[in-house]
Amino acid sequence: MALLKIHEPGQTPLPHEDERQLAVGIDLGTTNSVVAISNDEKPEVLRDTSGGNAIVPSVVYYGADDDPVVGEAARDQINDNADRVVSSVKRLMGRGIADVKSIAGTLPYHVEVPTEDAEKSGEPMMVRLNVGDRVLTPVEVSADILRALRARAEESLGKPVEKAVITVPAYFDDGARTATKDAARLAGIEVLRLVNEPTAAALAYGLDNGAEGLYAVYDLGGGTFDISLLKMQKGVFQVKATGGDAALGGDDFDHAIAEHLLAERKSGGTTDDLDASDAKRLLKTARKVKEALTDADSTEITVSLGGSETTHTVTRAEFDAMIAKLVSRTIAITEQVLDDADILADDVKGVVLVGGSTRVPAVRRAVADLFEQDPLSDIDPDEVVALGAALQAEALTGGSDNLLLDVTPLSLGLETMGGIVEKVIDRNTPIPVAKAQEFTTYQDGQSAMMIHVVQGEREMVDQCRSLARFALTGIPSMAAGAARIKVTFNVDADGLLTVSAREETTGTEQEVAVKPTYGINELDMANMLRESMVHAREDMEMRLLTEARVEARRNVLAVQAAMNADRALLTSEDEDNIAGAIAKLEAAMSGEDRDLINEQAEALEDASRPFAEARMDARIRQALAGRNVDQVN
Amino acid sequence: MSNTGTSETRTAEQPQHKVCWSCKGPVEASALFCDTCNAIQPPGQLDHFTRFGLERTFLIDVDAIEATYLKQQQLLHPDRFASKSAREQALSSQQAATLNGAFETLKNPVARAEYLMRLAGHEPEGGEGHTVNDPALLMEAMEMREALHDADDRNAVDAMIKDTRKAARACEKDVAEALEQNAYDRAKKLTTRLRYLMKMTEEARAKKSRLAAA
Repeated sequence: MALLKIHEPGQTPLPHEDERQLAVGIDLGTTNSVVAISNDEKPEVLRDTSGGNAIVPSVVYYGADDDPVVGEAARDQINDNADRVVSSVKRLMGRGIADVKSIAGTLPYHVEVPTEDAEKSGEPMMVRLNVGDRVLTPVEVSADILRALRARAEESLGKPVEKAVITVPAYFDDGARTATKDAARLAGIEVLRLVNEPTAAALAYGLDNGAEGLYAVYDLGGGTFDISLLKMQKGVFQVKATGGDAALGGDDFDHAIAEHLLAERKSGGTTDDLDASDAKRLLKTARKVKEALTDADSTEITVSLGGSETTHTVTRAEFDAMIAKLVSRTIAITEQVLDDADILADDVKGVVLVGGSTRVPAVRRAVADLFEQDPLSDIDPDEVVALGAALQAEALTGGSDNLLLDVTPLSLGLETMGGIVEKVIDRNTPIPVAKAQEFTTYQDGQSAMMIHVVQGEREMVDQCRSLARFALTGIPSMAAGAARIKVTFNVDADGLLTVSAREETTGTEQEVAVKPTYGINELDMANMLRESMVHAREDMEMRLLTEARVEARRNVLAVQAAMNADRALLTSEDEDNIAGAIAKLEAAMSGEDRDLINEQAEALEDASRPFAEARMDARIRQALAGRNVDQVN
Repeated sequence: MSNTGTSETRTAEQPQHKVCWSCKGPVEASALFCDTCNAIQPPGQLDHFTRFGLERTFLIDVDAIEATYLKQQQLLHPDRFASKSAREQALSSQQAATLNGAFETLKNPVARAEYLMRLAGHEPEGGEGHTVNDPALLMEAMEMREALHDADDRNAVDAMIKDTRKAARACEKDVAEALEQNAYDRAKKLTTRLRYLMKMTEEARAKKSRLAAA
């Protein structure tokens, strides 16, 4: 720590008797996850106890009755127990059945489709996975991965870890963000902030190099593609524009190779009928081909399926051709984002590569061609996001000179007449943001209005993602067009949306935190929390106690600051009362009784009221006196 | 609520100071932080120009207000309050959102012009989806749209983008002049035209990307 820190107003560190709690950065990836910690702005990844790998494969094995196994050990089960292994679950976060049907063929496990009855009942249509004898939601599987990362961090640091910055693809919609936060809750992790992956990567580079100017972050992971443009100036990282595809990544490269291998077998006379286990093994082989072709011009591989073995040679040129369409799609999206921000490729000072898939030479070449420069890659592309997240976790708990200003990745709007979307917040709007729009009734005496919140860029509602529906009821009887219904959208710094609606002439109000239709409903969430955390109640109590202490401490400091500022207005009687109340409050704060702390905080407020009033009176008199002088002049 | 529809009465004189929620003492109405106890204050009702310390005028230095914006965001952003009390976090979120809204409004010439009109008590012409009764403008827009539709290579679209941007810049100058002269009817019409021009530029850019992707 620096010996002396000068703080701006509002930036003083939290006056807290407890020592700063450890906060880690977590890159919860489609294929791999990484956890890191930062001290004094020097981030490092946390490796397994044998000092080896930083990467934890995002793979979970659910054995018959044992606890879930996460990581390398789970991946080793793919060959023998394919139906008990879940991988790439991130692709399902916040996804509805309709989305999953479209990618179902690419998923190596069974997805449970709700019955028609359930569909009609309007129950949340969340995807469930049949894994061995269990039925699991993607949120629960992600929670198991997060638990493993938390355990690794605690083992490595030798201290409890309860707070984290978790990264999400910039292009994640509200549903997927909420699902990620839910997973963290299940794993007993308090999310300090959800940070966009490319932003985190830029942070890792920016701090190292003290860079100024425009940077592009090209992030091609296992399952998602993100491109972001950031402007760095005077310690502020401003996201200018962002875009991507939540279902495009290195896994698709694997599929392309797998299909190629199957096609070669077929033309050689072998017809394969793949089960889940075969598919997983074939994909594993395909990944090996991909990885080998990073350095080699060609590679030879043996495929063994259904008792028949075939040997194949795949050249880099063949591989490049297989993925050419996928790569050019990322380039087209990148050009769109450049246009959005009104930036030319030449204006970009540096290009940062993130994600294991950027090791593929064809990807590097395409990016280099577009920006006419060699991309930066001196930080390991698999670790850079977690390192940036760790820096942000440190900044949030310990203060920082740097600031991240992020934007909404997708437009948010409302359904209006005829199924047309009225945009309320455009994509690439800086967050947090609050925007209101007024609507009116279209029928005489209309007493309720459906509010349908959607996310996306298309003009028609059914082409956008539906986030929530709720009704504003109790609108008083008025002629059509007379009611004034103000709908306010609030997006917080995590990119999560809250919508409220208010009839302006009467004040009828309704508010919903947007729980996406595809998310977990509160009841299920509560049940899961109960099951997963025996100590949930105690944890909650502890949190409330900490909050009461923080609030009480702030109270004491505020009153003391006021006494120092306006000592002349303080009668000795008030001073004695206040001092007594502070002593009692501080005694209560050192105890465990939350109610007592709140009670004594109120008593302090009562004791200091006459003094506060005297300060207000004095200021008003002063202001009036000032005015008189003005008038005389 | 028993409000019978009387409109809210607003005192003609803005109060010079209010009560700080934290130390309960006086704090200036426009202060971001209490000068006694340092607590963050709610955003209040400052107009966007005052928030950035500017005169109410159309011609502003966007780079200068961006610098002010970044300086204020450094102090107000929720990341600065991640380990503070729930109330301070909520206030910081409100302050940062208000600041973002103010900057977005002032940065965009159409939004800025309309905001100035509203401050002066003139309701601007409707936005998207509202009817515009200016035959000359409608004709111009139709021609531009047709030209864009017919443009089928990147160079042609590029030329269009250049033209509309140039026209938009000229139109911005006219808006500034009209507002300077308090000629609000003229300013309204010009602002609508500026909106069209900017929208056309945007559509042309989108088309360019589509052509590039094809």
